[in-house]
Amino acid sequence: MTWIADVLLLIGAAFLFLGALGLWRMPDVYTRLQAGTKAVTLGSVAMLIGVGIERPDWWPKLLLITLFILLTSPLGSSTVARAARVIGQRPWRAGDAKETP
Amino acid sequence: MRVLQIAALVLLGASLVLLLLRLWAGPSRADRLVAADAFSVLAIPGLAWLALYLEQGIYLDVALVYGALAFVGVVTVARVLEGGHRDLDR
Amino acid sequence: MHIETSPINDSSLPAWRRLALATVLGWAIWTLMTGSLGWQELLAGLLVAALVSFLAAPQLALLDGLIVRWSLPWHALRYLAVFLAALLRSNLDMARRVLSPALPIRPEIVRVPTRMRSDFGRLLLANSITLTPGTLTVDLEDDMLEVHWIDVGEESDREQRTQAIARYFEDYLLEFVE
Repeated sequence: MTWIADVLLLIGAAFLFLGALGLWRMPDVYTRLQAGTKAVTLGSVAMLIGVGIERPDWWPKLLLITLFILLTSPLGSSTVARAARVIGQRPWRAGDAKETP
Repeated sequence: MRVLQIAALVLLGASLVLLLLRLWAGPSRADRLVAADAFSVLAIPGLAWLALYLEQGIYLDVALVYGALAFVGVVTVARVLEGGHRDLDR
Repeated sequence: MHIETSPINDSSLPAWRRLALATVLGWAIWTLMTGSLGWQELLAGLLVAALVSFLAAPQLALLDGLIVRWSLPWHALRYLAVFLAALLRSNLDMARRVLSPALPIRPEIVRVPTRMRSDFGRLLLANSITLTPGTLTVDLEDDMLEVHWIDVGEESDREQRTQAIARYFEDYLLEFVE
């Protein structure tokens, strides 16, 4: 059974990496949030499930953490997106140059 | 299958490096906050990984409390960014 | 259809309803935290949850949006399943975009009306939209959501597809939140 857990850990970490890569590659703050939030949320949930399979005695706390992430991660992203909108960040449109650091 | 666990850790570390790059590069404050937000969420599965590796369930409590505090922190900084542009009480 | 028209669905909700909901919720969190079903833990948890709920009740208006009936857990679980499936789809979609060298995106911010009436319902809807393929909730004002859409696609039938962003989840959400 533990190999399933380890594979889930790896898949989760791979999604986290994809999220981070998206955060690096995308052209503006909104698209970065898009790429970041989704991947980070799913990656975290997958890793937590992996840990739960390996240590079934931990599941109540892992369930709590999972629900917490599902509630707060998108909420945090929306808050950041709203802040970006309020301070006047224009969304990137097709054809614009990529913002250079 | 320790090797898979280590591979997961390496990917996690690589993600943190990419996020640090975004944090450093910006260019706007909102971009940095995006990176910090992702960073704070990433720390939760990282701590869960640590709990598994060290076989210490207490790290799950650390993850939960850390997650709660980091969330409040990100929301606060976002609100501060909005600061002068819109009333805070809505 | 809804035979159970208790005072729960009235606009003037009794104060005890919020208190009871918060207590049950707090108790569930307590039990998950302790991970034990011993009667001492359960009793202590109930007392603490009731006390905290009593003190925090004025701040917990969020809970008034829940539609309390026996099928609530079933509807909530079904929503969770739909939500997780959408999360998986959105990740595959995003992985495709991030990994392709050309970065195939065409973003735009659109306005989407919502049918959710309560704050809690709007919160859940906004979160769901953020985690589904290609969309991110940017702002929420009354019954209008501002949604950043990573690929608006072609001009034709865009209006309809915009409406569909919210409607998909609303159908599930409206079963247990207002």
